[in-house]
Amino acid sequence: MDWSVVLPYILSGISVGGQYALIAIGYTMVYGILRLINFAHGDVFMVAGLMMIYFSASMPMYYSIPLMIIFTVLLGYAIERAAYKPLRTAPRMSIMISAIGVSYLLENLALYVTGGLNQNYPGIPWISDSITIGGAVTKRVTIITPILTIVLVVALILLLKHTKFGMAMRAVSRDFDTAQLMGIDIDRVISVTFIIGSFLAAIGSLLYFTNYTGVVPTSGAMPGLKAFVAAVFGGIGSIPGAVVGAFIIGICENLIKGLDSVLMVNGITSQQFGFATFSDAFTFVLLIVILILKPTGLFGEKQTDKV
Amino acid sequence: MVAKVSNKQGASPKSFQNKLERHDRKTQIVADLIVIVICLAVLFLLDSVLDSSSMIFVVLKKTAVYAVVAVSMNLLNGFTGLFSLGQAGFMLIGAYTYGILMIPSGDRASVYQYFDGGIVKFSLQEVFAGIFGGNAGVGIFFGVLIALILAGVFAALFAFLIGLPVLRLKGDYLAIATLGFAEIIRALFQWNTIGGLTNGSNMLRKFPSFDSIVAGWAAGSPFVAAHIPFFSTLLPMIIAAICISLIVMLIHSSYGRSFKAIRDDEVAAEAMGINLAKHKMLAFCTSSFFAGIGGAMLAMFQTTIQANAFKSSMTYEILLIVVIGGIGSVTGSILGAFLFVAASEWWLRFLDTEMVFADAGTKTGFVIFAVAIVALLAALVIVKNRGKEKKDFRRIAIIAAAVAFIVIAALINYLVSPSMNVPLLRSGFRLVVFSLIIMIIVLFYRRGIMGSRELNWDSVTAFFMKRRNADKEGGEKA
Repeated sequence: MDWSVVLPYILSGISVGGQYALIAIGYTMVYGILRLINFAHGDVFMVAGLMMIYFSASMPMYYSIPLMIIFTVLLGYAIERAAYKPLRTAPRMSIMISAIGVSYLLENLALYVTGGLNQNYPGIPWISDSITIGGAVTKRVTIITPILTIVLVVALILLLKHTKFGMAMRAVSRDFDTAQLMGIDIDRVISVTFIIGSFLAAIGSLLYFTNYTGVVPTSGAMPGLKAFVAAVFGGIGSIPGAVVGAFIIGICENLIKGLDSVLMVNGITSQQFGFATFSDAFTFVLLIVILILKPTGLFGEKQTDKV
Repeated sequence: MVAKVSNKQGASPKSFQNKLERHDRKTQIVADLIVIVICLAVLFLLDSVLDSSSMIFVVLKKTAVYAVVAVSMNLLNGFTGLFSLGQAGFMLIGAYTYGILMIPSGDRASVYQYFDGGIVKFSLQEVFAGIFGGNAGVGIFFGVLIALILAGVFAALFAFLIGLPVLRLKGDYLAIATLGFAEIIRALFQWNTIGGLTNGSNMLRKFPSFDSIVAGWAAGSPFVAAHIPFFSTLLPMIIAAICISLIVMLIHSSYGRSFKAIRDDEVAAEAMGINLAKHKMLAFCTSSFFAGIGGAMLAMFQTTIQANAFKSSMTYEILLIVVIGGIGSVTGSILGAFLFVAASEWWLRFLDTEMVFADAGTKTGFVIFAVAIVALLAALVIVKNRGKEKKDFRRIAIIAAAVAFIVIAALINYLVSPSMNVPLLRSGFRLVVFSLIIMIIVLFYRRGIMGSRELNWDSVTAFFMKRRNADKEGGEKA
């Protein structure tokens, strides 16, 4: 078995996994608090990518990156205020439909602004540079992503475990109504959740799109869905779960992309099977397997139905 | 077609009861027939008045396709309370079943050019033409009929297999799992290793479409040849009417009542002796059956199909149709399908073309008008929220004023600029406006056009009676 063929795929898997993790946290936190699959989150991620392109075209990196992050956070906040807050007392399906509507709106807006053309993502100095690890040539972002992801996640967990606000967030996700009765400002907690989620999505988009040539209006849909699957896989509502799930999905996806060539190089098969077609679909196979075997995910808490 | 749907449990106020009962079953059927005849006459009139390339025919055809899929989704989401997002996957199976079975054997070599003409060597229409002694017209009729049914059957079969594990899940998990299956199906059909069957990631084409079928009829009949748009619109509408009638019959049967019971309260339904697993599976498979037929119809409408087009965004579009029409209303879904297709493909089309103001006066007039509207809207928002708490009110007022200020500043900036183009209008603006309208419906008219009511003789007469009674009361008061 020649491991040098597998290594590049594992490396890029870890990298993509880290980027999915950053998006997945946004899903898992929002779901934990509002019980809402925020379908628009993947599109916020895409818009962050587009904003980076437009900002970097007119100003230097050290302005455009913070500006992009600020505007992404504002977008996430505005979406929550405009599209989810008015439906707080509505049936949960209405909020989900509203999320789908926002996603539709953002994609069409992006289509209008870009004219449907692929927009080239700017090369970001230092993190886009090529480096060599164990014989595999890759971009520096591959190494930075998992480290940055872990640092941000640890910071987030510290925030949740050791600050008063983190305690409020945990309380809200445990029991919405009781938390409200205890005097917690629900709206503020929800807003901050969206702000944190959008912030991480902005960072994720910065790392994710560096690996790709450009951004199109539908760029956010697939990573968004996969990140959500990662959140479900790890146990929705659990942040470490989302991160672990995202890494597993990222690595599996890339291994499947390379499965054909790995099998060929090692002489196991002599024919291409085109398994790469299933690199996206495999994510959903994982989803369905985990939903059947352990519906609450790897780290999820058992939920009981009240009649 | 709308009037065909009759809804018996729609509670009408007691005062109308006697009058309503006069509209017995027979009168209703006669009235339905009259409405159908009027619809046909209008369509025929449109055909003779309008150009054959008019958008209305395209819109009506696509409406028929989307109406079938939307009603099938509504059966699941609105009547059984199972939130499934797998519709695009089942449509894909239906579309491919239809395509694979119907491509004429002579064209297979060119369609499956990368797969040696594919592994399916027959075409249903030729098989049936052979059975009926080489009559191509009869062959196509039975071929399409059987292919449509098989499209549904295969979709339902897949649904059954998927449903076994998935239907145990609840709420959001069911939604995301069905979405996942739709994505898996999409990847599977693009897999080049089974390309002999599915043509891999390449298109399927040259199967009979609505237009080509009608063109076939036209070759034999000068009357059809003179009214091609009429017949090619009528064909999908008839298929849609049959499918939707079948779904409505199911909804009105005892199964339909069980579905609604499950939707309203699963635990109570189970306690009443309803077999949850069986009924959920039945609803899921039926819905997929008709989604499959809808997919086949989409193939007939589009003339070519490619697995890559059946993305989750297609499911979202259908879900939005259901929401616009009203979750739990069949006529609402049909109406929603029409409005969705007409608005996105036809009515808002003008927003996509750039326009130029004739002279500076028109431009100034436009800007003044726009500024007035923006200022008015901002004032309206501020006045409307006057009753709120002081802190909230101040925040809303500041936001409204700031937004209005920015828009007006942009407009004035545009006024002094030399550009004569009408602002914003260019390719893609149509969909932005369209999605904004959808957001407004989702946020402010959550129940959609019809809510869970139906448009039928009962509701129409009740509506007019109420008006008349209201008039009478008003008159008495005066």
